[in-house]
Amino acid sequence: MSREQKAVERARKAFLTGRSKPLEHRIRQLKNLQRFLLEREKEIAEAIKKDLNKSEAGTQLYETLGLEGEIILAVKKLAEWVAPRPVEKNLLTISDTVYIQPEPLGVVLIIGAWNYPWAVTIQPLIGAIAAGNAAVVKPSEVCVHTAKVMEDLLPAYIDKELYPVVTGGVSETQELLRQRFDHVFYTGNSMVGKLVMEAAAKHLTPITLELGGKSPCYIDKNCDIPIACRRVTWGKYSNCGQTCIAPDYILCEPSIQGRVLEEIKKSIKAFYTEDPKTCPDYGRIINQRHFKRIMAMTEDSTIAIGGDSDESTCYIAPTVLKDVQVNSKVMQEEIFGPLLPILTVSGVDEAIDFINKGEKPLALYIFSPDDKVIKKVIAETSSGGVLANDCLVHYSVSALPFGGVGNSGMGSYHGKFSFDNLSHLRGCLIKQLKMEGVNDMRYPPHTAKKLFWARFFILKNPDLGFIGRMTLLTIIAVVAAMVLQVRGGRKVCVWGGGW
Amino acid sequence: MITIHDILEYMQIAITQTDSADFMKIDICPKFESVLSEIQITLNDLYFAMENLRTWMQPEYNIGKNLATRMDDCFIRREPLGVVLIIGAWNYPLHLILLPLVAAIAAGNCAILKPSEICQATEQLLAELIPKYLSQDCYAVLCGGAEDTKSLLKNKFDHIFYTGSQVVARSILLAAAAHLTPVTLELGGKSPCFIYGHIDIQKAAKRLCWSKFFNTGQSCVAPDYVLCTAQTRDALLPALRETLQTFYGPDPGASPDMGRIVTPRHWRRLMDMLEKSKGKVVIGGESREEDKYIAPTVLVDVLESDALMQEEIFGPILPILTIESLDEGIDYINRQEKPLALYVFSDETSVVTTVLNNTSSGGFCGNDGIVHMALPGLPFGGVGASGMGSYHGRWGFETFSHRRGCMNRSWLLERVNVLRYPPYSDYNLGWLRWATTFKKNSWGGCSVM
Repeated sequence: MSREQKAVERARKAFLTGRSKPLEHRIRQLKNLQRFLLEREKEIAEAIKKDLNKSEAGTQLYETLGLEGEIILAVKKLAEWVAPRPVEKNLLTISDTVYIQPEPLGVVLIIGAWNYPWAVTIQPLIGAIAAGNAAVVKPSEVCVHTAKVMEDLLPAYIDKELYPVVTGGVSETQELLRQRFDHVFYTGNSMVGKLVMEAAAKHLTPITLELGGKSPCYIDKNCDIPIACRRVTWGKYSNCGQTCIAPDYILCEPSIQGRVLEEIKKSIKAFYTEDPKTCPDYGRIINQRHFKRIMAMTEDSTIAIGGDSDESTCYIAPTVLKDVQVNSKVMQEEIFGPLLPILTVSGVDEAIDFINKGEKPLALYIFSPDDKVIKKVIAETSSGGVLANDCLVHYSVSALPFGGVGNSGMGSYHGKFSFDNLSHLRGCLIKQLKMEGVNDMRYPPHTAKKLFWARFFILKNPDLGFIGRMTLLTIIAVVAAMVLQVRGGRKVCVWGGGW
Repeated sequence: MITIHDILEYMQIAITQTDSADFMKIDICPKFESVLSEIQITLNDLYFAMENLRTWMQPEYNIGKNLATRMDDCFIRREPLGVVLIIGAWNYPLHLILLPLVAAIAAGNCAILKPSEICQATEQLLAELIPKYLSQDCYAVLCGGAEDTKSLLKNKFDHIFYTGSQVVARSILLAAAAHLTPVTLELGGKSPCFIYGHIDIQKAAKRLCWSKFFNTGQSCVAPDYVLCTAQTRDALLPALRETLQTFYGPDPGASPDMGRIVTPRHWRRLMDMLEKSKGKVVIGGESREEDKYIAPTVLVDVLESDALMQEEIFGPILPILTIESLDEGIDYINRQEKPLALYVFSDETSVVTTVLNNTSSGGFCGNDGIVHMALPGLPFGGVGASGMGSYHGRWGFETFSHRRGCMNRSWLLERVNVLRYPPYSDYNLGWLRWATTFKKNSWGGCSVM
């Protein structure tokens, strides 16, 4: 048996003991996870620095602060989330108990990504634990040091049988995907996303895919350009553009392109100094392969800002490309790097048309002082999420579902959405064996009159208060008493004059 | 959406008035059952959707915010996905196409309908009626067999909704993976039925018989087999005999209320299972090949290894497995794949709760069968091998919608934003933590920025 198989079997065995289900267990594990993030801050930051060259403050800001928030929310709300959820009834079931019971799915596989290795690997884990599942965590092998920290230190804080960390590369991931899971949660790119879905299809396993796309950013000529550009600069160059929801490219009218360039230049300088290469807050491209991929994209466009690079350190300066054409290399795939193309459009209509010609993106950004413009763009486009007048921050609102649509993914999470996504919402109806007289109308031998009554009862969905329900029950009881079943096979249906 | 209502009304009149055996599945299903299970359930869901659609479509504003996002507008919109593919099944050929269609239309999508080719009359009727009543640009019916469906699946859809078997479901998921298309699978499984503890055996028998033999057992949520103690079994059998006599008379084959198996091939499959079974037939067992008839049949002394226990029966054959304790039954269920439905007949709340808490299934119904499907408030769908995703009522609307998280940031408070910009400092980080960490008594919802 392979190492991966063993880990999955152990997790399943542990799940079948039932110990991941009680509320106290889930809360305890979540609190332990929180303790881990606080106590091991140093190890986490060091690993991230080695993997992605992120500063310690940057790590906290982008990786662990959000996780802490999610854990605190889950701990506070869990009792509410796991409770049976009542449901509306119809006449026939008016005296019955009807509710939806959230239940764990079983063993979940979480495949993380390298760009925010803690955020995108642990956040699904929070949801999995909260929902009562076991979870096999497969961090990205690209972040070697972070994966090691997860593998070495997590087991000291959370149940290592229920939530094992399995490290490895492509072949280990493929081996994992051969096993049977009750849900697979993948964050990464569309190409691998398709392969993950194919693997899951063999076991009829439901999946969540958090993918990406080219997230457009429309800047209205009437907006406060300095503020807009500052927010876009921050959104674009954080983590060196390696964010699934980074604003991929800008759409704006030609008349403001110059101003936009000016303001972005100012913001870059304010954030990363005149020489971003020496700035501790500016990151690096993850590896040479991606470095080459990104640099190749600049070949057929005009560089307006930045452009310098250093292959040996995988450094690419914060770069802006202007007057970019639709068919240029930089517009063919998600950039996932610090290149910001600006395409000019005649107005918001052309921008919308342009956006709709591409695949549905993960995020869509609109900068405009006019709510009408914002509403128009939202109504006439589709995307995973929308953020007006800023970048990235919608990610951190736990009450908003975070996920893609179409090519940018399927399923969503954060906050309660994580919990629901990784649960089975089981519809439950508990009837009594009373009021059989009412049920009689559905039994053979069938008569037209019975059908009439059956339709009447099934079709009504009353929303009554207690008094209403009691009144209705009385009426039903009277009706039931009036529908007589004569012995010897002859059916008689008696209508009282009162009706 | 009102026009689906017209289609349904037309079909209902057609069903109740015609005697033609070639119409829909009149030849296999009593009119009463057809009307209830095909027309009424769809009409019910349709009215429910029409009544509530405005509410469902409203952006959801009641979102918790924290200090940093208090000035912002956060809401969730439900948006159409695009073009959805709905593949129906043969056991309820109308409702398994129209109910998802109601949800797809409610959510604002266009739809391609692929009805089951096994029920040819229904297939043709849908092909004729849908273009008459609904926009031909937005909704199309495509008829064909397995090869045609395969070709259809090569196209990109924004959602695929499939009702049917696990084997076909796998190939649908594979085809969907190529386009990253989300899928809803309404499959099946062996839905167990516990009869345990203190119980009014007469009433239980009635409800069990009704749910089992409705549509001749060809329901994805029919109770597949019974688990009970020997004592209960001994009380159950006479009650079942009596109920069957009341329902269908002494010869169910002659009763107009007893249906038939859909095709000779399906009849043969069931007969094979029955012949190979090592259980003892105590009720029924008669069959007729000419009209694909199988009598309501009950077997006892059926073991886990029996031919009847290897796949979903989907016919009027009810095996009874004897257990000594509730735990034994629960263990048995948990060794199998998760079923689409699970039933418990018992007066004792503790029995119902024990089973509920220790098993998993798509849906659950205590002290009755099938009817949980008729409640639009409950999500109807499977889990594990019995399916993924759900529909009915609002759940259908949500299935065919994209839930888009939207945030409209204020232009103000740029000074607060400064905290998050580089150059990063511990000082700024400290303030940000304070402003954004979830406080004990604040609104739900936490934000990093």
